[in-house]
Amino acid sequence: MQETLSLAVKAMFVENMALAYFLGMCSFLAVSKKVDTAIGLGAAVIFVLGVTCPLNNLMYNYILREGALSWTGVESLATMDLSFLNFLALIGTIAASVQIVEMTLDKYAPALYSALGIFLPLIAVNCAILGASLFMVERDYSFSESAVFGLGSGVGWALAVIALAAIREKMRYSNVPGPLRGLGITFIVTGLMAIGFMAFAGISL
Amino acid sequence: MKFLRKVLDKQAPLFDKGGPLEAFYPFYEANDTLLFTPGEVTKGDVHVRDALDLKRMMITVVIALLPCVAMAVYNTGYQANYWISQGATPLHNWQEAIYASVFAYDPTSIGANIFHGFLYFFPVFLMTFLIGGHVEVAFALARKHEINEGFLVTGFLFPLTLPPTIPLWQVAMGITFGVIIGKEVFGGTGMNVLNVALTARAFLFFAYPADISGDAPWIAADLSTAADGASGATWLAQAASVGQAGSDVFATHTMGGEQWMQSFLGFIPGSMGETSTLACLFGAFVLIATQIGSWRTMFGVVVGTTIMSLALNGIGSETNGMFNMPYYWHFVVGSFAFGTVFMATDPVTSAFTDKGKLVYGLFIGIMIVLVRVVNPAYPEGVMLAILFMNMFAPFIDHFYIQANIKRRLARHGA
Repeated sequence: MQETLSLAVKAMFVENMALAYFLGMCSFLAVSKKVDTAIGLGAAVIFVLGVTCPLNNLMYNYILREGALSWTGVESLATMDLSFLNFLALIGTIAASVQIVEMTLDKYAPALYSALGIFLPLIAVNCAILGASLFMVERDYSFSESAVFGLGSGVGWALAVIALAAIREKMRYSNVPGPLRGLGITFIVTGLMAIGFMAFAGISL
Repeated sequence: MKFLRKVLDKQAPLFDKGGPLEAFYPFYEANDTLLFTPGEVTKGDVHVRDALDLKRMMITVVIALLPCVAMAVYNTGYQANYWISQGATPLHNWQEAIYASVFAYDPTSIGANIFHGFLYFFPVFLMTFLIGGHVEVAFALARKHEINEGFLVTGFLFPLTLPPTIPLWQVAMGITFGVIIGKEVFGGTGMNVLNVALTARAFLFFAYPADISGDAPWIAADLSTAADGASGATWLAQAASVGQAGSDVFATHTMGGEQWMQSFLGFIPGSMGETSTLACLFGAFVLIATQIGSWRTMFGVVVGTTIMSLALNGIGSETNGMFNMPYYWHFVVGSFAFGTVFMATDPVTSAFTDKGKLVYGLFIGIMIVLVRVVNPAYPEGVMLAILFMNMFAPFIDHFYIQANIKRRLARHGA
């Protein structure tokens, strides 16, 4: 229980995908103009991360890694190492689950669907999501750990994007110097937010 | 007074539109409004008119800060004199050269302490205003906005958050970063997302950690020659570094005891202005009485800290003695009081809604205790906790504003 909790906290804050690793920056910067859309995107990312991380964990442990196919009982398969297919296979799962999210949103939340626009299908290539799966492989998480890690990273990323969106909504009335308007000032805000997240740097749970 | 007004009026055409010094209008405007209440008032129907403008507000904060400044000067000198009288060596710098020719290193002499502290505090203070002020004015001229008093408060706060031995070039770097990246790129006073003074300090904290954290910077003397066991570290750092044994200091000494009172009054090593809880309490009184600082924010921080430290006391830990640190110690060590009273209540970067302020404060309190106790990388967490919650303040507001809109829609029918 305590280990699960500390893994979740670590994924959410200490190793925040957006503000400690700077992953998923494209949608982080692009879909943070309004809080409502940011909440929608955040929810979608939480879902996709929460689903793909454990799915990929199963796939990695039972198909891809060296000796993973020994459960088939076929001798020639038992020693096979398919991990060179990692990227391809992991992103396949991700793309499939993004498709599911997309179809669901299109049917049940068309307003959010059109607000997210191109960035919804682009979640498939959001580096935060592939990043989480790769961290999972690298750190050798178990199935339940990868579920917690996926959800935790998703919540952390969502928190960051929502905070940024609220800041940008507030900044709509700011007289930002011309050349910095738009993405420029957003980069600066992201940097300052990362300083705030340094509060967690160094916590080892 | 009339004479002054006449002088100013005589200069006015020079700076007006079309005048030869038009580009320097912000200079004229700043001096004029500093001396006289401006005659212009807001137009239109919706504004609340009040004599309290930005200038009066900022001046009130500066008045609230004065006890902290006095304690900064006195305690910096007292700490240095005390440790030198205990065998530490004076530093080799111009401050000590001047000091040694005037006073002896006597911690019981009030005048000597004040003069010694002044020699360290004043250059930092001067540097902040000299560099920060010029950056501010340069932006005002280039961007054609008024020079306003936001910097006055930032300029007072920033030196108070620094250790006495901070190199002056770092002071200049820090305040420049704070004013430009923390404030001016967002459009100037009132538009910043993070507290300007804390942004400046955080920049120094992460860029030059050797000069602003650890054991050495807090006392203006070289402690290596002092008696064994002498350490210039802040009490929090001492407790964190020796783990169980050190934090027993906090666990065994009760509220109102000798050590607690010493910390409450502020005769401990630390950043220049942060040590005295008493001086900050005076500031809190002024800010709350004039309604310039929000009691909700301060209340939230105090409650958050109390709850979180009681919770951690309950959980307990075998390996980390900081878990046992009681809440009344959290209040008096480190920059808790200074941060709560002057930094967290910053009206620009805290939450705007009333309920939001309570929540915002509560989370700051929780974060302070978390960083102090759980994070081994930093002994003190006030700066980072406030910066962290600055980030989330707009979202807290958003939440309460949306809830309010929904409530009113329901009441009046959509």
